[in-house]
Amino acid sequence: MIAIVDYGAGNLSSVKNAFDYLDAEVVVTDRPETVAAASKIVLPGVGHFSSLQALEGTGLREALLQSASAGKPFLGICLGMQWLFEGSEECAEIAGAGIFPARCRQFPASVKSPHVGWNSLDVREGSRLLRGIAQNAFVYYTHSFHAPVVAETTAASEYGLRFAGAVERGNVFGVQFHPEKSGDVGLSILKNFCEV
Amino acid sequence: MLTKRIIACLDMDGGRVVKGVRFKNLRDAGDPAECATAHARNGADEIVLLDITATSGNRRTLLDAVRATARSLFVPFTVGGGIRQLEDAAAVFDAGADKIAINSAAVRDPALIGKIAGRFGSQAVVVAIDARKAAGGFEVFVAGGRESTGRDAIRWAREAASCGAGEILLTSMDRDGTQSGFDCELVCAVAEAVSIPVIASGGAGSARDFVEVFREGRADAALAASIFHFGIENIAQLKRELHDASIPVRWPC
Repeated sequence: MIAIVDYGAGNLSSVKNAFDYLDAEVVVTDRPETVAAASKIVLPGVGHFSSLQALEGTGLREALLQSASAGKPFLGICLGMQWLFEGSEECAEIAGAGIFPARCRQFPASVKSPHVGWNSLDVREGSRLLRGIAQNAFVYYTHSFHAPVVAETTAASEYGLRFAGAVERGNVFGVQFHPEKSGDVGLSILKNFCEV
Repeated sequence: MLTKRIIACLDMDGGRVVKGVRFKNLRDAGDPAECATAHARNGADEIVLLDITATSGNRRTLLDAVRATARSLFVPFTVGGGIRQLEDAAAVFDAGADKIAINSAAVRDPALIGKIAGRFGSQAVVVAIDARKAAGGFEVFVAGGRESTGRDAIRWAREAASCGAGEILLTSMDRDGTQSGFDCELVCAVAEAVSIPVIASGGAGSARDFVEVFREGRADAALAASIFHFGIENIAQLKRELHDASIPVRWPC
């Protein structure tokens, strides 16, 4: 059972629709005990980093951290990926999980923000999440802040600068783009996650 | 590299997709969910569903269509028409939309933009502007193009962006449905005035029109309806032509 964590930050039905389409068994939940009992975790989210505040004081943050450190396959999408980092310039008061060692930043003033649309992925070989995804495959992004390229980056995109499109460390995966809205490429990535 | 988006728009009336010329003479063009997935398969980067009768029609019909469409559509999905308050937007998101488009209600109450953006994020709020050439500029129209507002389109676009809009969907009423080309002057004026993406709409007739609106109009995305419904222009073919003209597009996709 895959738990899709509901903390009030958007696009849950899109994520659920995509997993339903793949015939995966999913549950949308805001309960820490359901997260703890699930075999895999998806942390979605769009919007402001401050909405991650909803994970605090509810037991969800602890349940998510425990699941990740126990080696349960964990996928953070968009804001959910940013949470896997140390934090974000967007809201300095909220701490991320710190699994990836960097802070999320704004795009340079030379480009329009938010970054909205289909951008190509520079895919690094060996990623389990991106298995079978072609070099320069297109995925859909919509975000104003980005994670910098770190050692665990498995795919990067360019928008004013090079930033992390996907990261991977053990069973913890993060994607800045929206696989649930990235057509067949995105569905393949979610299928890979189901099969990890 | 970020690509230019080709967006297929479905105008819906009473649960069916329709298309008219200059907002009039509506013709039936099919079932929303079927049309949407067919366009996505064909290479559409995004789908917009506009309920053009929503101001007086049945909301349940719209929500049912949104739900049915979202179930098997895996590209971004925007829904507009008759969204007057936060609760209307919430219901549409709950049914599976990724973004909502607001038009008349935002003109009446610009604070609504911030209210919806505050709860669902700016990326989920598209402000649709219907504009027509007027003395000294472009004027904003509401209520499906029936009511003039006396407002300047460029100034309104800037205000909408500062209120928290994530994108502007800009329709030239003069060009809508005519297939005589986008209004590049209007699109460029708005694209230069705001720092959020601008979707050009109204007038698409050929691949050359798209090339022009991306180059001269500086549009981030272009939307069309009629040419895609009746097979006049195939999206895959359009993208191949844009690619050949060195416009970055998601192709092959």
